[in-house]
Amino acid sequence: MIIVPPPFPNLTPFIPELIVLSVAMVLLLLEIWVKNRVFIAGICILTGFAVIYCLNMSIGITFNGMFINDIYSVLFKIIFMVCLILTVLISLNYIDREKPIRGEYYSLLLFATAGMMLMASAKDLMVLYLGLELMALSTYILAGIKTLNIKSNEAAIKYFMLGAFSSAFLLFGISMLYGLTATTDIYLIAERLKDTERSLPLILSMIMIVVAFSFKIAAAPFHMWSPDVYEGAPTSVTAFLSVGPKAAGFAVIGRVFYIAFEGIQPDWTTAFIIISVITMAIGNIVALAQTNIKRMLAYSSIAHAGYILIGIVTSTYESLQAVINYLMIYTFMNIGAFAIVILLDKGEEIQDYNGLSKHRPLVAAIMLLFMFSLVGIPPTAGFIAKFNLFVSAIHGGQIWLVVIAVIFSAVSAFYYLRVVMNMYMKDPLVEEHQIHLSPSLGFAIFITVVMVMVLGLFPSLII
Amino acid sequence: MVPLNWYLYLSSVIFVIGVVGFLIRRNLIIMFMSIELMLNAVNISLIAFSHYIQDLKGQIMVFFIITVAAAEAAIGLAILVALFRNKNSINTDDIAIMKG
Repeated sequence: MIIVPPPFPNLTPFIPELIVLSVAMVLLLLEIWVKNRVFIAGICILTGFAVIYCLNMSIGITFNGMFINDIYSVLFKIIFMVCLILTVLISLNYIDREKPIRGEYYSLLLFATAGMMLMASAKDLMVLYLGLELMALSTYILAGIKTLNIKSNEAAIKYFMLGAFSSAFLLFGISMLYGLTATTDIYLIAERLKDTERSLPLILSMIMIVVAFSFKIAAAPFHMWSPDVYEGAPTSVTAFLSVGPKAAGFAVIGRVFYIAFEGIQPDWTTAFIIISVITMAIGNIVALAQTNIKRMLAYSSIAHAGYILIGIVTSTYESLQAVINYLMIYTFMNIGAFAIVILLDKGEEIQDYNGLSKHRPLVAAIMLLFMFSLVGIPPTAGFIAKFNLFVSAIHGGQIWLVVIAVIFSAVSAFYYLRVVMNMYMKDPLVEEHQIHLSPSLGFAIFITVVMVMVLGLFPSLII
Repeated sequence: MVPLNWYLYLSSVIFVIGVVGFLIRRNLIIMFMSIELMLNAVNISLIAFSHYIQDLKGQIMVFFIITVAAAEAAIGLAILVALFRNKNSINTDDIAIMKG
């Protein structure tokens, strides 16, 4: 029997991933010899720009129809690159200060980013699973990279256990879907499900996949890991985790549910409506009780996942666009807020911010801007993001969900503005607020501030 | 020939044993083994489907799952060792510094 080798796949659509993966592998070796962290971080940032440059040129389908690079995935990949570049900028000095952190840090960031890109481009559930695991395994290590710090260990083990648990659910869902349709291709699944009746195995597999992705985007009631992981992980990793994997989770939710599960849309919409309401409630209400700023931002990011899910359940073209806009703006404002937390390193409690405006008026003003943006007060970008999302949901007929979301965003003002109140109206607890300013951190804060302001004042730039 | 349903019952039962084991056991290693049990339950169902549909994709998927599970075990145990060095315990009741 003669075995004919299959033709070599067209690699053009895969170029962005190839760049990230090969740089990650080179860095893994380079980090042994090159002690200059600025050089390595510079390579990471250049990679980010190179990928953004290549994205539009590499649209297409490849690997026997398993991998697709379309406008949808390009938009998400831009978000991942922005997240990568900002994370590298805010980690540069922080990583040097936290001694036990090893050299693999930057290549792990790149591997995680490559995993997220694969997730956004997956046309086949197999690729989706591999991308998800590449992202998840890298982020488990990143969360626990301070091996001598017990909080970091604890964060990593919690993240690992619950992450592995959720991916087993994802696999069970995929296996049932495979049994029903005899394929793992997302578009073929949609075609074959069209003729079949709505059946118990189909609903069960849908629920399993909903559970698995809810873990990844930290939606309640599957959010238990996120506050602990966000608190224990190094702050720069927390900034990365709160944006990248979440955006990747939404990218796959969009692809899998809009396409593969199109036929049972009422069912998954109901599931996501329930999850969205619970997520907004738990995220916003539990955040009120937090005293640690990283935990508070963790609950706030849970709440934001709830808002974004409104866009997912509305499932119109407009709402999907609003979701991507929201994630883009959320990237800037959330990483900006974490950059300020890194700037004031030793103050992770909210009361450490007391009287910040007296010693560091500029830092306090920037934090005020990010807090206003996270609440959604004009003229910041956060307002535009929320406004867009809610308008698209109202056009799509989800009026009650929007009413609930608006009520909970009013609740959220309490805990965001408490930080502002502490900074401006309370007396400082310490003689002097230490800040650890470095050029790269300053640059990252500058970019995020400019973007939050500019997108707030001229929203037409991205809409 | 063994009917497909038998494999699916076996796979579901093992999966549920894994889920219950993960939820009620307090030892991290046992919890980790429960996760492996869940993954292997999925492998059984994928191979059964693959055989009955006469399609190879399911078996290829199983290879990927086994590979990823091996990588996961390496990383998970490394994290566990780091935790054990600092804490001298792998009981979940002891790793609760962060709460709230």
